[in-house]
Amino acid sequence: MNINATLIGEAIWFGVFIWITMKYVWPPLAKAMADRQKLIADGLAAGERGKHELELAGKRSADALRDAKAKAAEIIAAAEKRGAQMVEEAKVTAKIEADKVVASAKAEIAQQVEQARAELRGRVADLAVAGAERILKREVDARAHAEMLSALKQEL
Amino acid sequence: MASGEALTTSGYIVHHLTNLTVGHGFWTFHLDSLIVSGLLGLFAFLGMAKLASRAAVVGPGKLQTFVEMLVSFIDQQVKDTYHGKSALITPMAVTIFVWVFLMNAMDLIPVDFIPFVLGFAGVHYFKVVPTTDPNLTFGMSLTVFAIMLVMGVKVKGVGGFLHEVFTVPFGAKLAPLNLLFRVIEDVAKPISLALRLFGNMYAGEMVFILIALLGLWQLPLALPWALFHILIITLQAFVFMMLTIVYMSMASESHG
Repeated sequence: MNINATLIGEAIWFGVFIWITMKYVWPPLAKAMADRQKLIADGLAAGERGKHELELAGKRSADALRDAKAKAAEIIAAAEKRGAQMVEEAKVTAKIEADKVVASAKAEIAQQVEQARAELRGRVADLAVAGAERILKREVDARAHAEMLSALKQEL
Repeated sequence: MASGEALTTSGYIVHHLTNLTVGHGFWTFHLDSLIVSGLLGLFAFLGMAKLASRAAVVGPGKLQTFVEMLVSFIDQQVKDTYHGKSALITPMAVTIFVWVFLMNAMDLIPVDFIPFVLGFAGVHYFKVVPTTDPNLTFGMSLTVFAIMLVMGVKVKGVGGFLHEVFTVPFGAKLAPLNLLFRVIEDVAKPISLALRLFGNMYAGEMVFILIALLGLWQLPLALPWALFHILIITLQAFVFMMLTIVYMSMASESHG
């Protein structure tokens, strides 16, 4: 056991190694470990958040689905109602239209009957005149007998 | 076994316990201790520094994981014991543990191997375990002691430090006695620290040498002792580190 200057040399080595560790080994390693810890913690937190959000989204989607179903039912009901209403309206319109058509047809028929009657009257009158002409074998002054003829027409 | 030595038992033992020296008197340097401790330290700490410089946050390699595990284990020990705030304590604890462990581990190299190899190079004395050199253990413990004193003064201030030295544990009236107690207490720290490590490693190395003297019988004996010694190597490194942390925490907390 002889103490000598080796002690100083070893103390210097020791100091140098402490300095290296303090300056170049510990801080970067500690930082890397702390960063990793933070990264993992953040990842776990993000996972937790994601799970929570998924839950919320599930709830939201269920709500949305329920709303959509309700709305769809509503729309269908409204559409059915509107359809029935439209059919009803169509029925009414059709009835009116049909009545109109019938009325106009009746009017036309009446008019045609009237027309045919008038024509017939004319012809009968002419026939009567022609007959009378023949019977009488003489000319009848149409103008002079017009009044009488028209009175005759009215009688027909 | 170096050539030119008498092949006596005591000669063999003395040969293995003699340092490779240069210089005279106090200015003698144990080249073997200085070189082995220096190379081991440079290897370990420059290697760790290189590894730390490109330490990956995501996907660390196996070596980085190992070093991180070691370093965070030591950091945990420091956090459990030392409650002050100092950027020095953990790095110092890491340095002590890793360095002392590696130097102690030199003990596991068969005692005749390195002297035999170096014998060819004309180097006849070479103690390969630097921790069996009290110069190293005292060099470390006195450095720890100096840091401890500086830290005590830094944390408590010069006044606070002196106040503690003179008033603890018996109060201001017995100041000289307090001082005496404090001196004994503090001086005992580096001495016990250095001698514990030195004694353990020296004794262990001595047992290895004695086993090596047994001829063929060393084969069944050296292995169990080496296995057992792995425990001592680790334990002594841990104890040195742990006591250093404890001393630092004592220095930075109020006494008694």
